[in-house]
Amino acid sequence: MAHESTYQPKSGFERWLDARLPVMRLMHDSFSAFPTPKNLNYWWTFGGILTFCLVVQIVTGITLAMHYTSDASIAFGSVEHIMRDVNFGWLIRYIHAVGSSMFFLAVYIHIFRGLYYGSYKEPRELLWMLGVIIFILMMATAFLGYVLPWGQMSFWAATVITNIFTAIPVIGTPIQEWLVGGFAVGNPTLTRFFSLHYLLPFVIFGVVLLHVWALHVTGNNNPAGIEVKGPQDTIPFNPYYTVKDAFALVLFLLVYMAFVFYAPNALGHPDNYIPADPLVTPAHIVPEWYLLPYYAILRSITFDIGIPFTDIVLIEAKLLGVIALAASIIVLFLLPWLDTSKVKSLRYRPMMKPFFFLFIVVCVGLGWVGAESPDKVLIQIGEDQYRAEYVVEGEPVAQVFPTADDRDAFIEMLNEDVEASAVDALAFRFQMVHLGLILTVAYFAHFLLVLPIVGVIETPRSRPASIEEAVLKGAKPAPAPAE
Amino acid sequence: MSLTIRTGTIIGAFVMALNAGAAMAAGEAERPHAPQEGWSFSGIFGHYEETTLQRGFLVYESVCAGCHALEYVAFRNLADPGGPGFTLDQVRAIAANYRVPAGPDEFGDTLDENGLPFVRPAIPANYFPSPYDNEQQARARNWGALPPDLSLITKARVNGANYLYSLLTGYEDAPEYVEMGENMNYNPFFPGQQIAMVQPLYEGSVEYPDGTEATVEQMAYDVTNFLMWTAEPKLEKRKRMGFQVMAFLFVLAALLYWSYRQVWRDVDH
Ligand code: HEC
Ligand code: HEM
Repeated sequence: MAHESTYQPKSGFERWLDARLPVMRLMHDSFSAFPTPKNLNYWWTFGGILTFCLVVQIVTGITLAMHYTSDASIAFGSVEHIMRDVNFGWLIRYIHAVGSSMFFLAVYIHIFRGLYYGSYKEPRELLWMLGVIIFILMMATAFLGYVLPWGQMSFWAATVITNIFTAIPVIGTPIQEWLVGGFAVGNPTLTRFFSLHYLLPFVIFGVVLLHVWALHVTGNNNPAGIEVKGPQDTIPFNPYYTVKDAFALVLFLLVYMAFVFYAPNALGHPDNYIPADPLVTPAHIVPEWYLLPYYAILRSITFDIGIPFTDIVLIEAKLLGVIALAASIIVLFLLPWLDTSKVKSLRYRPMMKPFFFLFIVVCVGLGWVGAESPDKVLIQIGEDQYRAEYVVEGEPVAQVFPTADDRDAFIEMLNEDVEASAVDALAFRFQMVHLGLILTVAYFAHFLLVLPIVGVIETPRSRPASIEEAVLKGAKPAPAPAE
Repeated sequence: MSLTIRTGTIIGAFVMALNAGAAMAAGEAERPHAPQEGWSFSGIFGHYEETTLQRGFLVYESVCAGCHALEYVAFRNLADPGGPGFTLDQVRAIAANYRVPAGPDEFGDTLDENGLPFVRPAIPANYFPSPYDNEQQARARNWGALPPDLSLITKARVNGANYLYSLLTGYEDAPEYVEMGENMNYNPFFPGQQIAMVQPLYEGSVEYPDGTEATVEQMAYDVTNFLMWTAEPKLEKRKRMGFQVMAFLFVLAALLYWSYRQVWRDVDH
């Protein structure tokens, strides 16, 4: 709930300032006195962690930009210059590169927190949607940044991702050429990507401000999913949550810094230490780990949609993949209205809870599929059989060969009067791309079927009347609620 | 009909998550492995050994430099802390063995009387010059293959140090069933098993001034250490600083946890 201002200017200067520009009042009311539910758990510390991550990326990024050169002929070398010759350049670059992974780790936890505790529901729909916008901007920023070192993965990821646009009929190819500034990814692509990579974090910063503003209108959700009823349910943000957030941030930093100092390249791809070469395609083109689930959705659709029993294709597989990719994010915007349950926290939703964990498995599974080659065989039933079938003296004979070539050679050798037919009996193969399709369907089913239906048929557990009661029940068994 | 569920592939995927790039299906390459003594640069207190790096430099200079460039390394780096620890005088002497482009002279000429571009001995500020004038020349001299720059090679391959060590020690005669391409050499660790680089290291390829026996394993070990350093010259500093940072963060975490308990002590939550 928006609350009355409790700011008391203490000095003459503060009174003078407050009458002209009440920034101190704003800061006080937003980050110090701000009444916060007293039952927030550690999953609520990731908002602060994310703000920290954004600031770290901006500070290290601006420092990198002082030494980086966005010219395709020397971009790779300028990153090596940062690593070798700039004072602490290696540290700044590793903090920035690992930082982007940590940023996504935090944002994924933050998003799943919201899913579990129903933080997207009334009255926080806009707050949630602003979050989704930040997430999209983050993906764009990270993708653009990944192109800057101009290694092999930079170049080929840029090529593959911008190629996505060519799937759109008619205007697709012109859009792609406009984006990369030519017919293929090259120097114009790099210079504009650098410009945009510099710009977008500040756009993110702006949307974060809106996100926090919206938060301060509705107030925090909380693990019980029950709205604040009165002052007995809340405590001031400072010092209670400042100290808790600070503690959690340091734990997060322990993980972050362990990567920076002991495994700075573990989350990246070795190919990005090979300078970009338009003539050599890497064996596997993969995006950074945090984009893998979406990459899997993009690649898992390999069939056209057409009019049955005709050759007419309405939507080609490639476009369908792009539509699925876009839909997988757009569906997040619709989530507040797709979930039909009025109960926020999954603590009180016994039927929904297992689906939530299943959804996590689906997302991790998609990430795995995205990392692997789509043709990879997971399950094979039987062996491929290449048969030559023919009739000898009225008796049908079938001969089996390990390869089609062997079989064809055999048929060639047969006497001309023998009519032999080639029959292929291929083994059943369950491949990565099939798993990807199943998981993609499961991803959408979670939003479009499970959330709407379970909300209607489920009987929620009984909920405490207030946060205060939830807290007291959790803490000590007996006493009756105060009210 | 038989049911072959490829459990190998499924388990393999998990192993791969930890140790990417492990290839285990029959016919694929053997797994790269570390030398018996392990690497001094791995682990939390990882560091380089100066003598090893110096020997590794010798191997690079006398064997690999004939075909491979070291574009991002300057001679001066050989005297940097956390590196091979050559003295500046030694570095000057090493640099003077290399020729780098020079000119124009005071008349603005760029070619000498024979029509060749001016060259001069390198100084510590120069970078290692490439053994080739251009890519075409590099390919022409190597049966069409391009010897990659080695400055970053240990970071540019999965499991880089182990891979390089295994590659250098892994040459063997091709099995009978393998049809070798022209001018190709069999190496089970190289993707595709056929590599254009001839076996570079043989027993005694270099003579170590410190009397160390120049076995193939020893030279491969030394040059891999050296190339790890060229790829991560700040590794020692990084790991040392990492320890201080982690220790600081642990103490800070403990203090903050204690403060948190203090601040929240009277609040039910
Ligand atoms: C006679 C020239 C020659 C010498 C000497 C030589 N190499 Fe090579 N090297 C090559 C060529 C050519 C290739 C490219 C091979 C290919 O692509 O098939 C290569 C490739 C490599 C690769 C890349 C393998 C990969 O995964 O792509 C490494 C690493 C390497 N050499 C290391 C060394 C080291 C270390 C030495 C010194 C001990 C050395 N080379 C000496 C010619 C040479
Ligand atoms: C939302 C915040 C940001 C994210 C998620 C992000 C992400 C990334 C990523 C993934 C890379 C590639 C890292 C690598 O492999 O080297 C990168 C590089 C880079 N970024 Fe950012 N970045 C952010 C903000 C910024 C800002 C504000 C700047 C300021 C100009 C900046 C400047 C750079 C530069 C110069 C590089 C190239 C140097 C390098 O590759 O290390 N970034 N960024």
